Amino acid sequence: MPHDDHDHPHALLPPEPALRVKALETILTRKGLIDPAALDEIIDTYQNRIGPQNGARVVAKAWSDPAFKAALLENATPVVADLGYYGRQGEHMVVVENTPAQHNMVVCTLCSCYPWPLLGIPPGWYKSDAYRARAVREPRKVLAEFGVTLAEGTSVRVWDSTAEIRYLVLPMRPEGTDGMSEDELAVLVTRDSMIGTGLPKVPS
Amino acid sequence: MTRVHDMGGRFGDGPINPEAEDAPVFAEEWHARALAVTLASGFLGQWNIDVSRHARERLSPKDYTRFSYYEKWMSGLADLLVENGVLTLEDLRGGGENEPHPLADKMLKAEAVSAALAKGGPADRPSNIAVRYSVGQEVVTTRRAANRLVDGGHTRLPIYASGAKGRILRLHGTHVLPDSNAHGLGEAPEPIFAVVFPASELWASPEHPDDEVVLDLWQSYLEPA
Repeated sequence: MPHDDHDHPHALLPPEPALRVKALETILTRKGLIDPAALDEIIDTYQNRIGPQNGARVVAKAWSDPAFKAALLENATPVVADLGYYGRQGEHMVVVENTPAQHNMVVCTLCSCYPWPLLGIPPGWYKSDAYRARAVREPRKVLAEFGVTLAEGTSVRVWDSTAEIRYLVLPMRPEGTDGMSEDELAVLVTRDSMIGTGLPKVPS
Repeated sequence: MTRVHDMGGRFGDGPINPEAEDAPVFAEEWHARALAVTLASGFLGQWNIDVSRHARERLSPKDYTRFSYYEKWMSGLADLLVENGVLTLEDLRGGGENEPHPLADKMLKAEAVSAALAKGGPADRPSNIAVRYSVGQEVVTTRRAANRLVDGGHTRLPIYASGAKGRILRLHGTHVLPDSNAHGLGEAPEPIFAVVFPASELWASPEHPDDEVVLDLWQSYLEPA
């Protein structure tokens, strides 16, 4: 049954959010249900170890290695797992390729689904009501707010992450990058270019 | 009907104001704690991901709208802890027992975090439900976006895509059905597809005639066109 009682238990916690979190953490720790050191470890993982640098490596490799790219577009999950990128919120990966004819963009209108092992924790704007509400209906206006204007003949395909499949956009390789190594290319790959709200940097 | 979280296509939210790419992962220290407390509590094994999504969605529309992202997480978590008997209302008031908890042996330890996060929680399961649609086939989503098992329950068909005609783009395999799994009714795995819809099928004034939206939809959300 959906619980629709109006005296929700959460109303018993302090209203101020930071105190609310602290109160829950304290109660759970006191009862031996959470280990504060485990919380530190979780935070360190997503603050310092798992982030868009992982996805950038995948994109740079796809730009450099046609066989890798073909395998990635065919069935991404085992391909990125081979690079060490698998785990929570990245169990079922699909990579979608931008072309001159079609630009891809990812949203989760119902919550905040996002490919954690490749991009880390989603930025605030990705979880905002404005992005969730507007990305599916007016992607071009949204892109303009990110400073992106598409060519006249490019269509937009927006992926609404309504299930446990997680999407990564493979942006187009920028001009003027011939002969660059994977490491050099990875620096050009922005987080937003892998969500589809940005484009990769162009070498200076 | 669905609930307040189902906001795809809604008007009136204003500009997005994206942060810079190098903004901190957690804007506030308590955001990081909220994420970590939520994940660590999940490892007690008393609910699944569909139950926890539904806990946030069934916040009252007033709370859902005024709460920031991690406030929704905290409130959903507090509600789940009480509803599942992990904590009592008295605990939340600060007056509960201090004795060791029966679930204490399930506590996620620091040294287990890395492996637990790396293991993930895949949603694919074997299913004996035959795959009804093939790639390229036209389908229509159910006319009302709603949970068919529990009135007002969790579902993943957004209102904006309800009753819309699309085309099967790919078969993802067979996955746990959230409409069932969010309510303790079993995983009920069934085929799930990426379905592509022309923007003109969804919106009164699409931005461009060739634009499309893709949604991942379970077979029971679909009918043949």
